[in-house]
Amino acid sequence: MKSGNNVRAASRGITNLGKALGLSLALAMLPQVAPAAASPMPAFSTPAAEAPGAQAPVAADKGAGAVEAAGNALNNEGPTAAGGYTPMTPTPGVGMPVDKGIGLQTQYSPLGEYGHWLHDKVLLPIITVICLLVLALLVFIIVRYNRRANPVASKTSHNTVLEVVWTLVPVLILIGIAVPSIDLLAKQFKPAPAKALTIKVTGNQWFWTYSYPDNGEFEVNSYMLNEPGQPVINAGVREVGTQPWDGPAQLEVDNRMVVPAGEPIRLQITAADVIHSFAIPSLWFKLDAVPGRINEKVLFVEKPGVYYGQCSELCGVKHGYMPIAVEALPRDQYNAWVLSQAGGVIDGQKPAAEEAAASDNASEAVPAVETTAAPAA
Amino acid sequence: MATTADHFQAPDRTGADDHHGHADHDHKPGFFARWFMSTNHKDIGTMYLIFAIIAGIVGGAVSGVMRAELMHPGIQYLGAVAELFGSDPSDFNATLHMWNVLITAHGLIMVFFMVMPAIIGGFGNWFVPIMIGAPDMAFPRMNNISFWLTVAGFISLMCSAFVPGGLGNGAGTGWTVYAPLSTYGSTGPSVDFGIFALHLAGAGSIMGAINFITTIFNMRAPGMTMHKMPLFVWSVLVTAFLLLLALPVLAAAITMLLTDRNFGTTFFDPAGGGDPVLYQHLFWFFGHPEVYIMILPGFGIISQIVSTFSKKPVFGYLGMAYAMVAIGVVGFIVWAHHMYTTGLSVDTKMYFTAATMVIAVPTGVKIFSWIATMWGGSLEFKSPMVWSLGFIFLFTVGGVTGVVLANGGVDDVLHDTYYVVAHFHYVLSLGAVTALFAGFFYWFPKMSGRMHSEFLSHLQFWVFFVGVNMIFFPMHFLGLQGMPRRYPDFTGAYAYWNEIATIGYMIMAVSLVIWFVNIIYAFTFGKKAEGNYWGEGATTLEWTLSSPPPFHQFETLPVIEDKGHH
Repeated sequence: MKSGNNVRAASRGITNLGKALGLSLALAMLPQVAPAAASPMPAFSTPAAEAPGAQAPVAADKGAGAVEAAGNALNNEGPTAAGGYTPMTPTPGVGMPVDKGIGLQTQYSPLGEYGHWLHDKVLLPIITVICLLVLALLVFIIVRYNRRANPVASKTSHNTVLEVVWTLVPVLILIGIAVPSIDLLAKQFKPAPAKALTIKVTGNQWFWTYSYPDNGEFEVNSYMLNEPGQPVINAGVREVGTQPWDGPAQLEVDNRMVVPAGEPIRLQITAADVIHSFAIPSLWFKLDAVPGRINEKVLFVEKPGVYYGQCSELCGVKHGYMPIAVEALPRDQYNAWVLSQAGGVIDGQKPAAEEAAASDNASEAVPAVETTAAPAA
Repeated sequence: MATTADHFQAPDRTGADDHHGHADHDHKPGFFARWFMSTNHKDIGTMYLIFAIIAGIVGGAVSGVMRAELMHPGIQYLGAVAELFGSDPSDFNATLHMWNVLITAHGLIMVFFMVMPAIIGGFGNWFVPIMIGAPDMAFPRMNNISFWLTVAGFISLMCSAFVPGGLGNGAGTGWTVYAPLSTYGSTGPSVDFGIFALHLAGAGSIMGAINFITTIFNMRAPGMTMHKMPLFVWSVLVTAFLLLLALPVLAAAITMLLTDRNFGTTFFDPAGGGDPVLYQHLFWFFGHPEVYIMILPGFGIISQIVSTFSKKPVFGYLGMAYAMVAIGVVGFIVWAHHMYTTGLSVDTKMYFTAATMVIAVPTGVKIFSWIATMWGGSLEFKSPMVWSLGFIFLFTVGGVTGVVLANGGVDDVLHDTYYVVAHFHYVLSLGAVTALFAGFFYWFPKMSGRMHSEFLSHLQFWVFFVGVNMIFFPMHFLGLQGMPRRYPDFTGAYAYWNEIATIGYMIMAVSLVIWFVNIIYAFTFGKKAEGNYWGEGATTLEWTLSSPPPFHQFETLPVIEDKGHH
């Protein structure tokens, strides 16, 4: 939250602070692109998405090595396998909606499986039975008590026993629902173990920033890929389908949020401008990104894979165009990915080779967070 | 006795209406004085209904544009619509902004300028005074101000569409107007116009609420005790209290938005020590009672109709009345179930989960009491009854998905998805609006003096029923699959059910055409309506008057005889 707070304090009173902030954060994410950072544009006349546009050409100038180091390699058309990381190809139907689907997405976290069970095996049967009961009663009444079948109406207007029964039975049903429901809530709030990996998620208009404070504080900006034949949403970002690992349109991003699978992760979620919401349906995860607040919750991904989500709080014009893609990797591959990022370290130990290669970038990348306030102020 | 307590007996004047004395002595004012300076509750009620129909056409057209855009993935029509409102069609941001303007306008229009004016301003004004045996509302001039403030609010909202509101023209904040998207996230005067619209409509509604409460407490005819009032009057009374207590909170919240926007305050801006989530607490403290404000008068209407066409008194009258009171009271302490994902603490979420589920109990009492009212009755399936039966089923479907959403742990996956959209359209679009149509066909001949076509009303019901279910039932599937709300575009997997929903919209639109044809038919070829055209089951006081009632009714107060036996 420190970048957010600094910026917010610095730019108090600026009317279009929100957008200026998004832009400056975007720029901060491009350490080696300092010359291209140019001037922060008046936000409402210029899409914040200028940032990745500026980034691509610079990265290309610097050649393949710089691209990998920037961790934004996917912006480029070229192969990115160098450094040991190739984005994972998603499995169709896993971590994403399925064509003509009518139920909840298959869950890949323990809480998600619990919630899925609660919905499919408790709530859905109960509400279906209630609807069918009401429908059956209505049909019976229509058949049995229409004017022809029952010409003389009864005058019954009270039955205390009946009224008590139809008050108490719903109470019992609701208690039956409440027990597992409250249990699920309690489990959701179990904090992460102290040693758990922390990842910070920042919502911006209209992209996500993932930062890895336990792995050297590097940050990754994540923009939706453009769609062929549709207007450009994020200038400078490639089109979906141009790489073999691309997932569905509207859901795939240039840089995924890479996380280790099979361990609890502490997600800290905030926003730089307006409220966003970080949501991944197949991981039973949704938590608002609120400026000025840090919301924390455990993310647990059971097995490696790519899991898609979308911003779930109205955040302006491109609210529908800032999807979330979580790529869960086995721990060793996650570590390899971290080391492929500029400034990425594992447990404070920077591998010698990486240190040499990234020294230029790292020295700028880390403090860049602190200097974010400068352009905005 | 229809939906009054069963020991209540209204004086039987049925059949005498054609010779009803008052009509001859009516002196109606001239056109301008009658309609622009009105102090007559029936004229004001009529104006509210006409206004609500106009606003409903606008709001319905907006949803038509939205459904058209959502029929297929990609952006098809938004650019042309944005151009219509003065935005540059080549500016893709302005095009996307138009989407947010549409969802905002649809929500605000339907809530504040369609359902509320129709069900409270329209039917409430028309029938509350008559049903309690009063000559008019307690404050006739304030009644007129209430109406015209609502009109002014609507005009302000329409103006907001043509002035800048961020990256394009119009307010694109959603009907919830969440800060900070509505403060530093939307530059330009549009959001201010929108807030002003809410202020005006809110002031009108508060005055209306004061009027109803005063009327019901003080102007009941001799012998009309609280426990003999028809359930529609009870429903409006509870609604009026909800309005009176909830709307000032909204007014405070949006006033703080205004000062945050224009005068440098930071109530909702963390940079100055404010909190965006505070706005949500204030908004939903109003917003949740608001949904009961929209549905409770519908409950009242359905109670009248079910009783009338079953030829039986309402089952469990007191339980029905106090169930509404309970819904009203509990409705004030469940607001944060709209905010489960904002980062509430675990205890808070547990409390709001439990409290929210409690509401299902009085709601269930109402559903079962309607069924028990029909049980043993002699049912006649006239158009209002068919619409009411549809209401009971559709509202049940909407109600049970509310129980699902009440669970804070489940809401983590369903919040802000199409499941929520499906839920609240089942209780409002298929609930409140179906109740409105039921009430319309129940009382239209009473208000106009002309019978509508029963055939067309039945036909409209079935087309409407198929259409709205096709629109909204697939939205449950979309929501469970994770499709978020307020998206102009979607990934291919969501295409199938979205297309079905749009086809449903077209069917629903046909049903509205049938409705307009029916109205035209009624005014041209419709038979003159008798005083009590529904026969023996219709026993509340409006059926003792001619159709339409005299300009001033009950110049001699009716005396309600107490048979005094339980």
